[in-house]
Amino acid sequence: MIEAAVYFAFACFGLALLFNLWRIVAGPTNADRILALDTMVIDVIAMLVVYGIWKGTAIYFEAAMLIAMVGFVATVAYCRFVLRGDIIE
Amino acid sequence: MEQIVEILVALFLVIGGVFGLVGSFGLLVLRNTMQRLHAPTKATTLGVGGVLIASMLYFWLVKGSFSFHELLITLFLFLTAPVSANFIAKTYLQARVKEADLPETGRDFGWAVYDDPPPGPEDV
Amino acid sequence: MIRRIFPHPYLSLTLALVWLALVNKVTPGNVFLGLVFGVALPFLTQPYWPNRPKVGRPLRMIEYALVVLWDIVLANVEVALVILFKRNDAIQSHWIAVPLDLRSPEAITVLAGTITMTPGTVTSVLAADGRALLVHCLDTGDPDGIRQQIKERYEYRLKEIFE
Repeated sequence: MIEAAVYFAFACFGLALLFNLWRIVAGPTNADRILALDTMVIDVIAMLVVYGIWKGTAIYFEAAMLIAMVGFVATVAYCRFVLRGDIIE
Repeated sequence: MEQIVEILVALFLVIGGVFGLVGSFGLLVLRNTMQRLHAPTKATTLGVGGVLIASMLYFWLVKGSFSFHELLITLFLFLTAPVSANFIAKTYLQARVKEADLPETGRDFGWAVYDDPPPGPEDV
Repeated sequence: MIRRIFPHPYLSLTLALVWLALVNKVTPGNVFLGLVFGVALPFLTQPYWPNRPKVGRPLRMIEYALVVLWDIVLANVEVALVILFKRNDAIQSHWIAVPLDLRSPEAITVLAGTITMTPGTVTSVLAADGRALLVHCLDTGDPDGIRQQIKERYEYRLKEIFE
């Protein structure tokens, strides 16, 4: 039962990643692309956690945590770059 | 008992998956950027939240090792999601929206994207 | 003297708890190490944040957190329903200007975050003098009602906590 649910969650987040990819390609504004990238990061975190459940190990947790942090910083840096033309002023 | 635990874990996994999918689906179908901003900031937090709760329950009740560092990711996402949403909104406002299209602030100063703040004590 | 050694008591506590969550095991050694970090880090970085946010009633924060968590769950369902079952041209989006009574920057930050996480609203930008918020609302027929709700449900509680 859990296994079936894990496959379902994989399918959902995989499809979600495809939708995000489409939004990155289609745009039309920079804000859309940043938003899609940010959502992609969140989906990947969820996918890593599901993968951890599937394999029955907590070892992927640090990876999910680090992706969450790096993803946030990346989003903010990209926004700042578009907003001000510079990241560290 | 084991049956109930399995159902619970599976339920949270399915909830998480569905909300994650709906969030990205909204990103795909909604018409303008500000509307699209709503979909991921909300739906994905519950999406990830559901998956994290499932993971906590699974490691606790099935594997028998109590684990709570999932809470750390949830907390971190809840703290950062509003900040990124705010930044993205500002990016969009600056690039595509004229100040005349927005409601008035009701103050002497305009919105921060278009107007400079009043001089603070450190500027004088 | 105690203020010099513990410049930020809440930060110390948070650091200790985060350390415990990070190692994911509660043993006496980890608790001790967490407390060491909790005391040492605020003490060493003291010069970089001289101001201490004023928190009037810390316990009311728990009530606030529960209210917001419940609203987040509702918000998710609401937004999901709008995305899935509402025709795109039937969605009425609005900009709303919310005047603020809150003054402390921490309280305004928490309010802005809360608005973004809850039913169909996203905080977009702050007025240049920090006295109003621009909120984008995904789908509503009643923008004034939303403004009213934000002020009564969240701002009122935050005012009690922080001021």
